[in-house]
Amino acid sequence: MSFLEVKNIDVFYDDVQVIFDLSLTVREGEVVSIIGGNGAGKSTLLRTLSGLMQAASGEILFEGRGIQAAPPEEIVERGIVHVPEGRRLFTLMTVRDNLEVGAYNRRAAPHLHRTLEEVYTLLPRLAERQAQIAMTLSGGEQQMVAIGRGLMAKPKLLLLDEPSLGLAPILIKSIFETVRKIADQGTTVLLVEQDVHHSLSLSDRGYVLEHGRIVMEGPAGELLADPHIKSAYLGI
Amino acid sequence: MIYMIEDTINGILMGSIYGLTALGLTIIFGVLKVINFAHGSLLMVGMYAAYWAVALTGLHPYLTLVLVVPVMFVFGYYLQDIVIQPIFRAEKNVREPITVIIVTTGVWYILDNLTLLVFGPHYRTIQVNPLRGRMLEIGGLMISVPKLWGFVSAMVAAAAVYVFLQRTRMGRAIRATSLDRDAASLMGINPYKVYNVAFGIGTATAGIAAVTLVPFYNVFPTVGVLFDIKGFIIVVLGGLGSIGGAILGGIIIGLIESVGPQFMTATWTEAIVYGLFLLVLFVKPAGLFGVKYDW
Repeated sequence: MSFLEVKNIDVFYDDVQVIFDLSLTVREGEVVSIIGGNGAGKSTLLRTLSGLMQAASGEILFEGRGIQAAPPEEIVERGIVHVPEGRRLFTLMTVRDNLEVGAYNRRAAPHLHRTLEEVYTLLPRLAERQAQIAMTLSGGEQQMVAIGRGLMAKPKLLLLDEPSLGLAPILIKSIFETVRKIADQGTTVLLVEQDVHHSLSLSDRGYVLEHGRIVMEGPAGELLADPHIKSAYLGI
Repeated sequence: MIYMIEDTINGILMGSIYGLTALGLTIIFGVLKVINFAHGSLLMVGMYAAYWAVALTGLHPYLTLVLVVPVMFVFGYYLQDIVIQPIFRAEKNVREPITVIIVTTGVWYILDNLTLLVFGPHYRTIQVNPLRGRMLEIGGLMISVPKLWGFVSAMVAAAAVYVFLQRTRMGRAIRATSLDRDAASLMGINPYKVYNVAFGIGTATAGIAAVTLVPFYNVFPTVGVLFDIKGFIIVVLGGLGSIGGAILGGIIIGLIESVGPQFMTATWTEAIVYGLFLLVLFVKPAGLFGVKYDW
């Protein structure tokens, strides 16, 4: 039994099909990257996994149970937590409130204080900024809050959508280090990225998504060495 | 001079009650992002509930709060759950579905006419009323006791709602949903349930306002309309979604209505109220206390 198993899903925005007959698996403890260009369907895939969108056909199994028809709040309670693209913080609330809302689900709520301490240990910057309004933080700090808020929900599987988007190179490095740390602490991570080099470097396996279809998959090292990926995504 | 002070006090007291009626409107707008056109009708329902509670049980008018507030909360909760929610679900991808406004307008007409059908068009006032015409005299100043209690309830209700939103788990969920509905659902919050609760709280505060009005105001099927229009002006003045703004906006309107007649014919005060309303829309459309970055 796989941890996450996606079987032949098709996803549409109204009449426009974005994902075609897509299948993938994630095993417990892995870090898996999904890479692909703009409009390849990466974010749509994550939105479908977290229940914000529904697959028109196909199956999504998490720990052996179908979740393709469940609403987002139920999927969070099962343990899949999605940190959305563009951070989507609660802009007018404090950092602390943002984090506390992260622990809203019934599975995480009883452990709020302990998880909060863990998040502050992992991201000490957030402890310093806890009384500040989220909107006033820098981009890198906002991304930290988004990740911290995701961790507050006690994810078994963390879905990260473009955590490096719009950040300076030095911050990108620190974000990826944080992701590595999260994975090392035992959380399974499914990472969607345009920064192919960084994301594959820290992943176990990768999928390449083009025009809504998986065109290539394999161990991250092999993908990094692949001539197609080199020319299409790394510009080498 | 003494009249001037008396009018000012009276304006503040009555204004805070206007603010209390607008409080629910601003809460519902802040979370659901739609204007609830049925709000005046909810106030009217609350007034009938308070009226009948006094008439049937002989309770002191303010004691009916224990009855009216929970009943109104449940009424609002299920009104949103059963009548309004399906429209939100159907218009999932629209952030401020205009169709919901039309539904609330329908609710307004149905409630008002149902009341007319059941209770008739009579103006009713409570018979057993220990508060009728009661005045407090402080150094020659006459202050209406029921309005003073209205002021106290407005302050307590606004403070209670504020603390609830800031300090509790549900309160944080409500604020999060009002800022970003999709992100909130990714945090495990069921936004439709939050809408129910917010609508329930908004309706319950209309219930509090209703109870404070009943001792000195007539109850009739279209009583809500008077407060509806004032309510809209108040929330725009104070800033849509702002709790403090609703109370202060109410007090501004109350002061204009009460002090204005010292200097002009009473009908002119309306012109000032609407003039101020337009001025705020031109100069600071987010309202006096509204935040531009609400979303």
